[in-house]
Amino acid sequence: MPPTDTTPDAPSPKKEAAAAVLPRGGAPGIRFEKVVKRFGSNVVLRELDFSVAPGERVTLIGPSGSGKTTILRLLMTLEKLDDGLIWVGDDTLWHMEKGGKRVPANQRHLHEMRKRIGMVFQQFNLFPNMNVLRNLTEGPVRVLGLSRDEAVERARGLLDMVGLADKIDAHPSQLSGGQQQRVAIARALAMEPRVLLLDEVTSALDPELVVGVQDLLRDIARESDLTMLCVTHEMGFAKDISDRVLMFDQGQIVEEGPPDRIFGEPSEQRTRDFLQAVLAS
Amino acid sequence: MSDVLDSYQLLLKGAWVTVQLTLYGSALALVLALVFGLVGTSRLRAVRALNRVYVEFFRGTATLVLMYWFFYSLPLIGLRFTPMFAAVLALGLNVGAYGAEVVRGSVNAVPRAQYEATVALNFTPLQRMRRVLLPQAVALMLPPFGNLLIELMKGSAVVSLITISDLMFRAKQIQASTGETLWTYVAILVIYFVIAQVLQLAVRLAERRVDRMLGRAPSREASLSTIAAGAPGAEVR
Repeated sequence: MPPTDTTPDAPSPKKEAAAAVLPRGGAPGIRFEKVVKRFGSNVVLRELDFSVAPGERVTLIGPSGSGKTTILRLLMTLEKLDDGLIWVGDDTLWHMEKGGKRVPANQRHLHEMRKRIGMVFQQFNLFPNMNVLRNLTEGPVRVLGLSRDEAVERARGLLDMVGLADKIDAHPSQLSGGQQQRVAIARALAMEPRVLLLDEVTSALDPELVVGVQDLLRDIARESDLTMLCVTHEMGFAKDISDRVLMFDQGQIVEEGPPDRIFGEPSEQRTRDFLQAVLAS
Repeated sequence: MSDVLDSYQLLLKGAWVTVQLTLYGSALALVLALVFGLVGTSRLRAVRALNRVYVEFFRGTATLVLMYWFFYSLPLIGLRFTPMFAAVLALGLNVGAYGAEVVRGSVNAVPRAQYEATVALNFTPLQRMRRVLLPQAVALMLPPFGNLLIELMKGSAVVSLITISDLMFRAKQIQASTGETLWTYVAILVIYFVIAQVLQLAVRLAERRVDRMLGRAPSREASLSTIAAGAPGAEVR
């Protein structure tokens, strides 16, 4: 039996706690230039162009298989690029300069680039062999080179912000889905990314746990200046959190605009059909 | 029967040799299993080939033949091993090949999402393996490792053929001197069984430790479901 959430309507994080632990400044923009991604003979992204301004919050919507998640996975370097360029700030993610020429990135370049980016997954993906504290400190200590004390302090601040300070010694298996996802958000933020990728972060949660996670993300969006890319099927949440919404279909942007317009009066039939189908489900 | 019991010192001596063979052989097998098992999870085909060559060769050759080879054939080209060394080498290489497959299968059975989380946290390939994938794979490895450990111990019963005085050798000695065929072999049957139970207990304790590490409630006794839950391919809870 899954553990019950002891804090179903998790308190919205204290503003001062969030302001203290959330990194600020230097959020980069993102630009996709004629990006192509294939899986075998299936072309998921075809010469996709779009950009995200520094600190902008963009939500990607569209039917499954339209390539939204692939965009996040390319940015997190979980999928390889087939063609085109992805810029994060002033640097290309998958390419580097060598002898005045642009060549495919090596591991060192990817390692440097990943420092700017964090991702929260649909299935949380916490490490079951570590308790909550170590889930949050392992990266900062091993990757960022923080001292253990600094990492623990940062972890405590983040757990306070996500409302799970009392679960610091728990194992992931002892937490509810909502709690696990809040720990996963804290874990991603512990690495002080400047870009945060959210991949259907509430899709795997029981309906009553969705609100807590969404409230947390709203607060993070409000209190930080992170560049955020969000894939979601929760249209209300998308409306609250985003500056801009991109509607995808078959690897291309069908329509884009501010959330009020996309959800209120979409101009494309494809968007209307999609929104209707989502609202009906 | 009393003749057999009078020879208990010989039996204990033999049992001690069997235990030593088991400990040294399994230590070697464990190292080989980890090295070649991890090599088998490499992204590079040439590196993976090392795993295939080792596993296929030593899994496909009889331990006894290997022992003969190390003990009787290698001296012909000037390489001389003690009987104990030859036996440990043969047992370790053979069981290590099975173990390498267990390691490779267990590491590959850790959900891919765990690997992706390590990439998202910017771990180096070594940190991914050392901190996340291997610790979780150990939970999957332990039950099959328990089987292999007992297999290795039982497989050591042929070492008397290269002049080692193990438990089986001592039994033959006692049987020949006392004529007590039935009770001699009953005695060593029991001793082999007891050694196996001790080894099994050690593996159980290790499994409990891993359960605690993974935040699972340790099961009081092994049931079919807990055994299946630890098998390679089973989902890590």
